[in-house]
Amino acid sequence: MKFAITITLKKDVLDPQGKVVKQTLQGMGMNSLQNVRQGKYFEIEINEKDEFKANNIVKEMCDKLLANLIIEDYKINKI
Amino acid sequence: MKITENIILSHGLKLDEYAKIKSLLNREPNYLELGIFSAMWNEHCSYKSSKVHLKKLPVKNKNVIQGPGENAGVIDIGDDDAIIFKIESHNHPSFIEPYQGAATGVGGILRDVFTMGARPIALLNSIHFGSPNNLKTKNLLNGVVSGIGGYGNCIGIPTVAGETKFNSTYNENILVNAMAVGLANKNKIFYSKAKGINKPVVYVGSKTGRDGIHGASMASAEFDDNSEEKKPTVQVGDPFTEKLLMEACLELMKEKSIISIQDMGAAGLTSSSVEMAHKGNLGIELDLDKVPCREENMSPYEMMLSESQERMLIILEDGKEESAKKIFTKWDLDFVVIGKTTEARDLSLKFKNQSVASIPIEALSSKAPVYDRKWSKKKLSKKKISLKDLKKVKFENAFLKIFSSPNHSNKKWVTDQYDQMVMGDTIERSGADAAIIKIHNKDKAVAVTVDSSANYCKSNPNNGGKQIVCENWRNLISVGAKPLAITNCLNFGNPENPEIMGEFAENILGIKEACEFLDFPVVSGNVSFYNGTNKNNIFPTPVIGGVGLIKNLKRIQNHRFKKLNSQIILIGKTFGHLGQSVFLDEVYSLREGLPPEVNLSNEKNNGEIVINLINKNLINSVHDVSSGGIILALAEMSISSSIGIKINKPKKLSNIFEFFFGEDQSRYIVEVDNNNSPKVEKFLKENNTYYENIGTTQKDFFELEKELKISVKDLYEANNKWYNNYNAFKS
Amino acid sequence: MNSSVIVFPGSNCDRDVADALTKLQFKNKMVWHKDSELPKSDLIVIPGGFSYGDYLRSGAIAAKSNILKEIIKAANSGCPVLGICNGFQILIETGLLKGALLRNKNLKFISKDVYLKVLGNENKFCKNFKKGKVIKLNIAHNEGNFFTNSDHLKELEDKDLIPFKYCDKNGTINESSNPNGSLNNIAGILNEKKNILGMMPHPERMIDNLISNTDGVELFSSILN
Repeated sequence: MKFAITITLKKDVLDPQGKVVKQTLQGMGMNSLQNVRQGKYFEIEINEKDEFKANNIVKEMCDKLLANLIIEDYKINKI
Repeated sequence: MKITENIILSHGLKLDEYAKIKSLLNREPNYLELGIFSAMWNEHCSYKSSKVHLKKLPVKNKNVIQGPGENAGVIDIGDDDAIIFKIESHNHPSFIEPYQGAATGVGGILRDVFTMGARPIALLNSIHFGSPNNLKTKNLLNGVVSGIGGYGNCIGIPTVAGETKFNSTYNENILVNAMAVGLANKNKIFYSKAKGINKPVVYVGSKTGRDGIHGASMASAEFDDNSEEKKPTVQVGDPFTEKLLMEACLELMKEKSIISIQDMGAAGLTSSSVEMAHKGNLGIELDLDKVPCREENMSPYEMMLSESQERMLIILEDGKEESAKKIFTKWDLDFVVIGKTTEARDLSLKFKNQSVASIPIEALSSKAPVYDRKWSKKKLSKKKISLKDLKKVKFENAFLKIFSSPNHSNKKWVTDQYDQMVMGDTIERSGADAAIIKIHNKDKAVAVTVDSSANYCKSNPNNGGKQIVCENWRNLISVGAKPLAITNCLNFGNPENPEIMGEFAENILGIKEACEFLDFPVVSGNVSFYNGTNKNNIFPTPVIGGVGLIKNLKRIQNHRFKKLNSQIILIGKTFGHLGQSVFLDEVYSLREGLPPEVNLSNEKNNGEIVINLINKNLINSVHDVSSGGIILALAEMSISSSIGIKINKPKKLSNIFEFFFGEDQSRYIVEVDNNNSPKVEKFLKENNTYYENIGTTQKDFFELEKELKISVKDLYEANNKWYNNYNAFKS
Repeated sequence: MNSSVIVFPGSNCDRDVADALTKLQFKNKMVWHKDSELPKSDLIVIPGGFSYGDYLRSGAIAAKSNILKEIIKAANSGCPVLGICNGFQILIETGLLKGALLRNKNLKFISKDVYLKVLGNENKFCKNFKKGKVIKLNIAHNEGNFFTNSDHLKELEDKDLIPFKYCDKNGTINESSNPNGSLNNIAGILNEKKNILGMMPHPERMIDNLISNTDGVELFSSILN
């Protein structure tokens, strides 16, 4: 079973990279741009047939390693 | 909102302090005002527990331009040049999020220095972790080191010196102290004192977010349903923006536009505006609708208490807004006039056309509580150390165990992550007794170093305070510098505990005595209390950052052996003091006895002797003797130069363990050419300075007759493996 | 000779390289990234640092700036362009040099003195070096691990477009003398016309014996004559 995990900085945490990317894109003329948040993306395959169980394993991976819960949030999607 | 007891306590205020607030205001504060009081009256901003003791420290001499009380201390180094420097702690944030905590610690101390008109030229740090076996340590070490590097490397200021130590006392409370050193023209120094009424108050730098809004709001979740959103968020450092802010500020400082300037550090907008108004004896009115915000719907409470990084507050001369704004716009930074100075000496805040807070500046500054807390004198250990009572060990094994231990291993793993060369003026990098930074385009340099000795300070706080000042002094001397002044970061446990307060009080007395004797004043510093958890307070850890001046670039020294067959001379007397030594700690896991005595007049004499020898160009290399004793000092001289040494057995003190591992103070090892040695010995004799010939440099081998013979290459390997092994990827 | 040092927000070796150029008698001008005109230059230097904080990818944002269009024009007409460290990364992001600079193999920022072997001196930048000479320069980077496809690598090797490789004190080029995982120990590369050099080590840090050594001098002096 395969999952896509997106990790981004929490809503109120400063995202210096997103800020600079946004300013640059705006400078390039992308006027409708409102905001940019930068994050990390993982694809993870789990050898587990039960989706609920697999999801929990991925969640544990996020909690214990992939995300820095002090400053980051994550989303898990089955793909 | 009604202010309940719970809310008061969760703001870190005591009930009697709240009563004082009411009497100062003649009314109940509102919630925003309570937050402002709590920010200004906390230990960090008010120094309420430390003030009465700090007053005792010597803060002036002919070189001091500005002592404690400003963003940083300022000293004169001649030719209109001034050095501006300070050290500060960022312990708690670094324990929670090591990378960002350490990074923002570096960012904060840099702002303190460039706020005053200096271009930062060097960064130093003192970082203390728990035992390497503690599960958290590795992650904290990695995070802190890359955070320090991440910020300093990016902004382009060399990180040139520091110390990395491990001690189980820091298992639940690491220390991250960062020091910045800047160079300014002594006639163009900027202060935080406001002047003049109706002057524009300008906000520059990054936008304000909900960063690090103090823990109080989290603890009082009952006032809001969206408690999740009220959680204090970790401050994220943005070194890129800081670089822009630094360049913009330094550019603006070339013009005559700034009346006063203050960085927004702890307690952000609150402390910066109160500080400026207090020093200028006037008031400040802010229109919070104008504060640049990063998030939507930020409340006045959040704006005033946010600790978002990379922001400054400036009071400008009339009519300079346009030209100043141009500079900040060029660097893509916010520049907004958010208020003005007022005659009424209040902090008045407006939001949505309503007054939301009005507090007399005095109530937040000079009338803040000051405590002379109860303290008890340390009962000193009477234990005598006798080697006869301890298990016998082989000299070689003991030496190698120490030399490859975490605390004495080569720190290249750490320092290779810091850019030490950017700015092109680093003459001596990490690993030396002190780093040396050339004053750009001039024929002089400054030496900088940081030191601490927690085990000594725990065992005898007074003596430890003296010792650490002396060690710092010695390190500066050892590179050929004249020590000028220090900054101190005083990391202690809970001051409400009389024992801890006693450690603090006595430690200050020790620092004071040494600083006075050596004419080595304290020009800036920072106190960090409440380090520890529950009843587990950390060992008292004052960190001393020293600056010295080198007037002649031809008379620089370092600790690397230069030649074969040189005489190695030990200056200073060896008694073989093993109490609180590294030898006992590493070999027997004992932290017993008292630290070595500090004889200040010997210290001064021996230091001046060594500087004289350096200036007379009579020695090839020099190293101070510190933790680990003579043998470690020699080993460091050897591996840094790939030159060996044949060490003599001691003539007077027959026990080699005591002689080589003893940590008696005021000692230096110097390497002298054979043909210079009569001159050196004559000079030492004439000046009644005790010395011993302890060996001769030789090819390839580090050798002590019948006890130890090891190739310098193997010695280097032994000293270099720990960090790499500890951090190796396990596959 | 006239040189121009390009300054981006976040550049931090701009002053250092300008000092080095001035010391070697270049008439140097600093050029701000928003400028749309380059002063007349016999050498353009893109200095090290963290342009735009190295956010997104090192060099990626700087590569979109105004002045880059002018640099590309000048480079295409043969003007020597030297990119050091972040400057190398920017040259790669603009496409003036091919390949990629990945994160260091140990995933850490590396700042230390390293040895380099001068492999080719038949180019504007290395004329004054003796071929095969081992020099010591300082590196300070997070992303200096050069990578490229096999065709390009072959081209680089065959056409003598690799002036510097990491080596040890004795000039041995092997894995243990490779600080960052760079393909074939590559420390710097030239374009096919040999007028653009990108390199990770900092020659401007090695121009004074008091500070370090003078191994960087020959690089700048090569360009001078």
